[in-house]
Amino acid sequence: MNLLLFGLLNIIGILLALVIGAALLTWIERRLLGFWQDRRGPNRVGPFGSLQVVADMIKILFKQDWIPPFADRYVFVLAPAVVMVAGLLGFAVIPVTPSIGIAGNWNIGVLFFLAMASLSVYSVVLAGWASNSKYSLLGGMRAAAQMVTYEVFMGLSLIGVVMLSGSFNLTDIVRAQRNIWFIIPQFIGFIVFLMAGIAETHRLPFDLPEGENELGAGFHTEYSGMKFGMFFIGEYIGILLTAAMITVLFFGGWEGPFLPPILWFMLKLSVFVIFFILLRAALPRPRYDQLMSYGWKVLLPLSLLNVVITGAVMLASGPAG
Amino acid sequence: MNDAFYVASGIAVLSTALAITRANGVHALLYLVISLLAVALVFYTLGAAFAAALEVIVYAGAIIVLMVFLVMMLNLGGAAAARETQWMKPRVWIGPAILGIVLEAEIVSILARGDAGVPSLAVILPRDVGIAMFGPYLLCVELASMLLLAALAGAYRLAYLERAEG
Repeated sequence: MNLLLFGLLNIIGILLALVIGAALLTWIERRLLGFWQDRRGPNRVGPFGSLQVVADMIKILFKQDWIPPFADRYVFVLAPAVVMVAGLLGFAVIPVTPSIGIAGNWNIGVLFFLAMASLSVYSVVLAGWASNSKYSLLGGMRAAAQMVTYEVFMGLSLIGVVMLSGSFNLTDIVRAQRNIWFIIPQFIGFIVFLMAGIAETHRLPFDLPEGENELGAGFHTEYSGMKFGMFFIGEYIGILLTAAMITVLFFGGWEGPFLPPILWFMLKLSVFVIFFILLRAALPRPRYDQLMSYGWKVLLPLSLLNVVITGAVMLASGPAG
Repeated sequence: MNDAFYVASGIAVLSTALAITRANGVHALLYLVISLLAVALVFYTLGAAFAAALEVIVYAGAIIVLMVFLVMMLNLGGAAAARETQWMKPRVWIGPAILGIVLEAEIVSILARGDAGVPSLAVILPRDVGIAMFGPYLLCVELASMLLLAALAGAYRLAYLERAEG
């Protein structure tokens, strides 16, 4: 009974932390962008503008939730739900600490994360198609090509980590990093995973499915109210998920001296989330063909090379466990 | 695990039937995705977690996305759905229905004889799959990779011709 209660608390706690964290990120991102771009950002509502989130929530919930008459009703409603479901489910396999986490000990943890990442493509693609408008369709098509492309290296870049730790289990992967974080032996894998992660969450500089200066707002042009809000929050959940995966796979997860494990995890996670925001503040958007050819011609060979080198080093340094 | 198996396989059958009968391409593909997810769950309940994950990543996550991409690019609209509905007259169903009935009779007779056998619930780890693939089935893997290489070269050639002409 106690075990069941603990499990439920675990699930509800993680879910609440995620949704609240993602909502807060909307404010944190705008404040940080303001800081880096030498302006103030939202600072009127509450202390340091922190209640801006609440104001935005109230606004977005009371806005008219409009479905265009030319849209495909069911798919139009389904699309924003998919991104939230896939993102939140992906978190199930993240071991926050040895005891906090829903299925951190699952033997196909890495694969489950990849599966959820690949399913989240549908939300963008279906939103683009169901809106039945040209800008949305273009955004959806870009998203489909971009995300299918970058998924390939996302999977391949993790093979090195899996080879070194000998497991798809994320808890085992964290434990395998007790002596040395995988960022050092798997630096190429880390770089490729980072790029693929940005492209999968279609964040700047890889946000071509939205590309507001050419496509209106891309795939969510026709969305309003809370449906738009779900795309928005879904994007932040994607950032949190990618940052959490980077923490677990390459930076030793909860491991660290002095501080309790949960704080270490949060600390590492926040560094990567802030890094994501910094990228948005610092980098311009590439052209679409540059994005695609960069993926296939640079990142794919690089991730294959990483697998070959990792395998060679493992063979040379003795029999693998 | 048994209940999960039956629920998942029921959903798989139902969603596959819906995928066949939808006139709208994207709707049909969506049901196909649901069907693939259900089949992944069936694999999982039978102990093949690795196959389940690959089913979602490769089929639901990549191949069907490409199909949706194609349907989007053609952007057929209402006329195509109407034409599709016209094609699905009851007469068309006779042939497939007979074949389906034969298959079903086969399964029913096997079940009736009682030698269907409970599926083994041995959990198959990714390691086992890898050892099997690069051990006894190495030749198949190599043949498949050659086929894929040929497809890759063909695709490259087609795109190259188009660029040369344009």
